[in-house]
Amino acid sequence: PGRQSGSLRAPNPGKQTLLWLVEVVKPFSLLLFLFLVFHFSQRFTTVVPESCVLIILGLVLGGIVLIANKKQLYQLDPGLFFLFLLPTIVGDAGYFMPARFCLYGAKMAGVIDDNVEAGLMEFLLFGALISAVDPVAVLAVFEEVHVNEMLFIIVFGESLLNDAVTVVLYKVYISFVEVGPGNVLTADYFKGVASFLIVSIGGTLVGLIFAVILAFITRFTKKVRIIEPLFVFLLVYLAYLTAELFSLSAILSMTFCGIGCNKYVEANISQKSRTTVKYTMKTLASIAETIIFIFLGISAVDKSKWAWDTGLVSCTLIFIFVFRAMGVVGQTWILNKFRLIPLEKIDQVVMSYGGLRGAVAFALVVLLDGEQVKAKDYFVATTIVVVFFTVMFQGLTIKPLVKWLKVPRSTNRKPTINEEIHERAFDHILAAVEDIAGLSGYHHWRDKWEQFDKNYLSKLLMRKSVYCKSELWEAYQKINIRDAISVIDQGGNILTSARLSLPSMASRTSFPEVTNVTNYLRENGSGVCLDLQVIDTNPGAKVEEETETHHFLAGNLYKPRRRYQSPYSRHFMTLGDQERQDREVFQRNMRNRLESFKSTHYKRHKKDRSQKKARSHHRLSHLRLLLTPRVKPTKSQLKGELSEPEKDEDVGITFVARKAAETPKERPKSVPAALEVCQSPSVAPPSPTCGEKNLPWKEGIGALPPCVSVEATKIIPIDLQQAWNQSISSLESLASPPVPQEPQHPRVSALHRLSVPPRPPVPPPPSRAKFQFPAWKDEEEEGTLSQQHREMQPLMPSLRPPPPPPPPSSAQSSGKRRNPCVYLRSLVTTPPSGSMPHSRGPTQL
Amino acid sequence: MGSRASSLLREEDIEEIKKETGFSHSQITRLYSRFHSLDKGENGALSREDFQRIPELAINPLGDRIINAFFPEGEDQVNFRGFMRTLAHFRPVEDNEKNKDPTAEPLNSRNNKLLFAFRLYDLDRDDKISRDELLQVLRMMVGVNISDEQLGSIADRTIQEADTNGDMSISFSEFIKVLEKVDVEQKMSIRFLH
Repeated sequence: PGRQSGSLRAPNPGKQTLLWLVEVVKPFSLLLFLFLVFHFSQRFTTVVPESCVLIILGLVLGGIVLIANKKQLYQLDPGLFFLFLLPTIVGDAGYFMPARFCLYGAKMAGVIDDNVEAGLMEFLLFGALISAVDPVAVLAVFEEVHVNEMLFIIVFGESLLNDAVTVVLYKVYISFVEVGPGNVLTADYFKGVASFLIVSIGGTLVGLIFAVILAFITRFTKKVRIIEPLFVFLLVYLAYLTAELFSLSAILSMTFCGIGCNKYVEANISQKSRTTVKYTMKTLASIAETIIFIFLGISAVDKSKWAWDTGLVSCTLIFIFVFRAMGVVGQTWILNKFRLIPLEKIDQVVMSYGGLRGAVAFALVVLLDGEQVKAKDYFVATTIVVVFFTVMFQGLTIKPLVKWLKVPRSTNRKPTINEEIHERAFDHILAAVEDIAGLSGYHHWRDKWEQFDKNYLSKLLMRKSVYCKSELWEAYQKINIRDAISVIDQGGNILTSARLSLPSMASRTSFPEVTNVTNYLRENGSGVCLDLQVIDTNPGAKVEEETETHHFLAGNLYKPRRRYQSPYSRHFMTLGDQERQDREVFQRNMRNRLESFKSTHYKRHKKDRSQKKARSHHRLSHLRLLLTPRVKPTKSQLKGELSEPEKDEDVGITFVARKAAETPKERPKSVPAALEVCQSPSVAPPSPTCGEKNLPWKEGIGALPPCVSVEATKIIPIDLQQAWNQSISSLESLASPPVPQEPQHPRVSALHRLSVPPRPPVPPPPSRAKFQFPAWKDEEEEGTLSQQHREMQPLMPSLRPPPPPPPPSSAQSSGKRRNPCVYLRSLVTTPPSGSMPHSRGPTQL
Repeated sequence: MGSRASSLLREEDIEEIKKETGFSHSQITRLYSRFHSLDKGENGALSREDFQRIPELAINPLGDRIINAFFPEGEDQVNFRGFMRTLAHFRPVEDNEKNKDPTAEPLNSRNNKLLFAFRLYDLDRDDKISRDELLQVLRMMVGVNISDEQLGSIADRTIQEADTNGDMSISFSEFIKVLEKVDVEQKMSIRFLH
């Protein structure tokens, strides 16, 4: 039935021109529409759901076409729909679906789908397709109103899977209908159920197989970056076609292919390919959905396509509402039996009310075969009405409804600045304490899976060098230029200020404005300029200024970590902000840890300085060697962008130990671990001590490919994982716990016991993961120390660089440029003013 | 894991912790197994690195401050008792214990919750949040694209708003006062799993 009929017709010439005109207008209007939607949607869709806009546009377009031609030109073609439109939508959903959601989704999706049940086969069919819920609009609402995190996940999962499940059901029913209601025996119902299971499970399997293949292929595309995205698209699409070939659920196959391969493919392909894949997928899906919605609008105008039946329409409307509510209540009742945190009444209301029917339902109903389903026209009409009603009416009212339900407790009073700040702080505190208490869910099976994934799958499917790839790292570092500068700038303050343990973030006020990078960043910064001094002199503007401050704060305070803040949307990629924030916070934290580590030891150094000056110096130079920031060979690429002389290192994170003391027996036990992380080629293979073998992070590093700790992969953005590992391992190896106040702390004494090597020429003592820096920990114990000191003595002079310390060994080889190592070293080694001026280095700008 | 972890925890310890913190028995064992899994050194106490190893904290703007809050002044180890004592601040206030024992203030009282937050700001423990201390926390909580002048003026404004006695800092009583309209009991509570 659905046939692209425009080209077949050749009426009189005048009409022909008009037709042609319409053909020309079509892309333009599409363009216009896309522009409208994507330009204004950010603001607009907060009031009107996106799909509303689309449908209205479709109506307008359909009206124009109808006036022009009296007959509908564009219709959905099953081939077009199933081969192109659906795959793109589903593929997009699958690829972007965070893996954790799929379990919940699977739980939910199966149930909502049988909402409307009528006796006849056709009605079953209709029921299947009309129950396809389109939750994109709901999700948008959920974000704004505070919603239970669980609820978000449930609806999210439902949204992603029920398109697929609906299509599967639809196909099953359609085969029933083809047989004819009279011929369907009881056994056939069971067969139907069985085939449903087979179709879905088979489809899922096919998808997963293709996911593995795809991941495996991308492992070897290093040389041919340009075709990486092509591989991704082709294989995902192939998964779809293959499943279709075997009459399995192509949708599920595609969804799971996307989910399955995402992690490995993302790790394997280059940054650019990744971006390409992301954007292409989004674009295609947007286009597909847009087209469907426009079809919807068009066919709503065309009377010949549908037949009205008030009874059917109203019954359907009532039934979908009632059944959805029943389904939701029933399921949540069951779920609540197993859940620690029950779903509340309000959640259920939102879920019931959020059953917006969308494009997929409409597409399916249009594709019904008019020969076999006699009531097709009625169904079409009903579907259109349902979609209109749910999208327009419910979509528009759901937000006020939720607000109305929620509001009774909160007042309209505007929060004061204090409240705003402190409440945000509370949020962060809560998030942190939740993480510490480990409440974000612990699942035995999930951990098992992650173990398996780490041990086998990742090794098989990920490129060996994937985490050592420097381009990711570079991109990351560019973001951090400014902070790197500020660290250097702060350096002096921190080391000379009295409160050493408080690396002052606020000390940037001293930061000269002339540096280009700063100015650049500042220009790019928020447009809100709060010149409070000016406003303060003008009491009239007080209120205005308050609002502005609020606005400002609300926009710029970090959001607390919440999973529902990275929602899936068909049209926008929302991850940017969260990711950026994570980066900023992450590197800030790492820097702080490092600084407090430094200052701690510096304090100790200061304390002991009077009597142990010489030794401290040795120790410092030792530290200096350990604390050399990693120098990237590729760094020169950044040169052009920086007029500042080479300050582009993010010192806070990239600290790794370098070849400090080459002789194994001299080296603190855990340094080799850090050495391996940075893969310095010149490092002599460290002799593995038992301590090393026991180090938790050691296994991953020894086996190199995925040197990402299991835990970190969940949280840290993929391109930060290397940084995370490095910092963790280097912090662990470098940072001993901050100053033990009482000398006889149990742990310290334990360390003493551990750290005393029997006699100099003896292999390093077995050490535990906790244990670092014997020479430092043991300051209280003269005996041990002097002994160790003596050990170190002969080596130190040769190891210590000349007073204005140039980068030793590999740093030197990487170029004659003055790099942050120098600065850093000066930070690390700067003694209190006056005591050792010579080691201050030539580093003042 | 539960059985092994709880076997290390003696009944009388649980009872004591229960009394002190108000957690239920199963909550305590559950949290103990968490404690145990964090304790990489297996010495019955957590160090700062143990906390720092939690990846989520690395992307929490106040992560390190909160880690510090777990450690008593000058200590660098925290045992299970101390761990639980800190966590107890975040136990939700239940209806039946609101007026149970007015003499001993439970750890999860409104005041204690607020005090916990206050201590995150008040680094030098002089019971005042100075402008400098506030600025540090603000800097942690905002994006990099806010200039220092802007931040400074926000800090000034914040202090002005809260400061009643004109010493240009926020004392604890002023802190309570300025947040008196906030539902602290709800905002500073976590639903611990039973």
